[in-house]
Amino acid sequence: MALDPATVRRIATLARIRMDDAEVTTLAGELNTILGWIEQLNEVDVTGVDPLTGAAHMALKLREDVVTDGGYPERILSNAPDRIGEFFAVPKVVE
Amino acid sequence: MMLTDLTIAEARDGLRAKQFSAVDLTLAHLRAIEALNPRLNAYLSVGHAQAMDQAREADAALARGETRPLLGIPLAIKDLFCTMGVRTTAGSKILMPFVPPYESTVTSQLLRDGAVFLGKTNMDEFAMGSSNMTSHYGPVENPWKRRQDKTALLVPGGSSGGSAAAVAARLAMGATGTDTGGSIRQPASFCGLVGVKPTYGRCSRWGVVAFASSLDHPGPFARTVRDAAILLGSMSGHDPKDSTSADIAVPDFEAACARPIKGLRVGVPEEYRSDGMPGEIETLWRQGVAWLREAGAEIVDVSLPHTKYGLATYYIIAPAEASSNLARYDGVRFGLRKNGEDLRDLYERTRAEGFGPEVRRRIMIGTYVLSAGYYDAYYLRAQKVRALILRDFTEVFQKVDALLTPTAPSAAFAQGEKMDDPIKMYLNDLFTVPANLAGVPATSVPAGLDANGLPLGLQVIARPFDEATMLAVAQVLEQAAGFTTLPTLRAGG
Repeated sequence: MALDPATVRRIATLARIRMDDAEVTTLAGELNTILGWIEQLNEVDVTGVDPLTGAAHMALKLREDVVTDGGYPERILSNAPDRIGEFFAVPKVVE
Repeated sequence: MMLTDLTIAEARDGLRAKQFSAVDLTLAHLRAIEALNPRLNAYLSVGHAQAMDQAREADAALARGETRPLLGIPLAIKDLFCTMGVRTTAGSKILMPFVPPYESTVTSQLLRDGAVFLGKTNMDEFAMGSSNMTSHYGPVENPWKRRQDKTALLVPGGSSGGSAAAVAARLAMGATGTDTGGSIRQPASFCGLVGVKPTYGRCSRWGVVAFASSLDHPGPFARTVRDAAILLGSMSGHDPKDSTSADIAVPDFEAACARPIKGLRVGVPEEYRSDGMPGEIETLWRQGVAWLREAGAEIVDVSLPHTKYGLATYYIIAPAEASSNLARYDGVRFGLRKNGEDLRDLYERTRAEGFGPEVRRRIMIGTYVLSAGYYDAYYLRAQKVRALILRDFTEVFQKVDALLTPTAPSAAFAQGEKMDDPIKMYLNDLFTVPANLAGVPATSVPAGLDANGLPLGLQVIARPFDEATMLAVAQVLEQAAGFTTLPTLRAGG
């Protein structure tokens, strides 16, 4: 499954990373090498094996569905690159 | 003896006996940092004023007769742990302006127990690397030197390279690290330290900048097994803020170190070998087996047949989880922002500018293996192979109580080596990755030197939540190895 530059560009769009043509070409080569190496997993017989999602040797805990935190907008906004009042600000989205 | 040479256990006794003060101890470390950090680049930031305040508070508490486990002990904190009011970068440009308004659970437990924080340590960007070379803030110099070439700059390993270099050079008595594929154990091996990756769920991940959530494990670095056990005890315990945190009692790890290993069954897995692995690592491994046998352990040859697929499995699962976790860095709520023509352009410019090449590469792999049409072929298959790797461990631990393996397939290499091919760098983690995939505890203990005079570690792996047995085996190795060589660059050295 070799990646061509068009596919790399599509993945970059999905990943929301701006990329120039030179980087697309370099990455296509590197990703193909890595994915080629990963192909070794096709040797493994996984028939009837259930996928493992995590390493936790126990069931996930549930807690009561109540608010346990919050009410400090200044702390939440303290790292905002831009804000208007108690809101994060971004460039205009709707014309 | 210099204060910076003391172990944590010795310093704790000295402080309680009023042989020196916490202020003396902290000042000795701050002076050592001032002298050596400009060269080593182990710390990204040093909190002089905060450390001195904490040391004075510790002295006041000691005067009141308090005996908290880490009272007055100066530590280094990997810059992946959020520290309230102290900049936390994760080694990335994208978090350069980030000052967390909260404290991670692990660091708040260390503070609860009286620790003094000297500063935040350098690391591979978002913990993605095995050499500390991917840090946006420059490489870290390993304080160890090749005997015949003192000028070569060696890597401390990664991703927790700054923490390892700081503890080895006596710029901290211990440190926190995180281990997603070997990021505590490999640098511990490269720097002649003890590094512990506990069981998944033992130490809370809350407030630790996420890389791959099902694989990330916080853990300690120290210069002795006992010190690592003291730190691990403080860092462990159930945290309701991390849903994967284990609600299981934390045993007395320090006491566990002294347990005899007579009659324990220790497995030696034949698969922990790699092409081109130096003969001296194989020899050291056999030496480790002999030490354990002499201490009364029964040695059993075992097999973990899916070991060799660990790395390829890891390089699907870890980037997949990373691509999801790192979606939060969009320039809107915190971190770097690069303005663009519209919101989407802002996202794309911010992420292109803020992430380094290795992080971009892994986000791309992760996005690809999760994308429609490729999910089953890559991600689902990797999750199934992961299940088989866990099954290998589960089955082997029905026959043995612990496993002994090499930690890494090489000693520390030079800065700039293995940079041309990502897979060469990934192979560093060949022996450490399986324990992350299975969530079982593993530790690296310094066991000997290679022909160049560089440290080599041996790895002990144990059953889930049986760090106690792991530490007991580790302490036997430590005592038998009698590892006393010091790195070239160190406080007062």
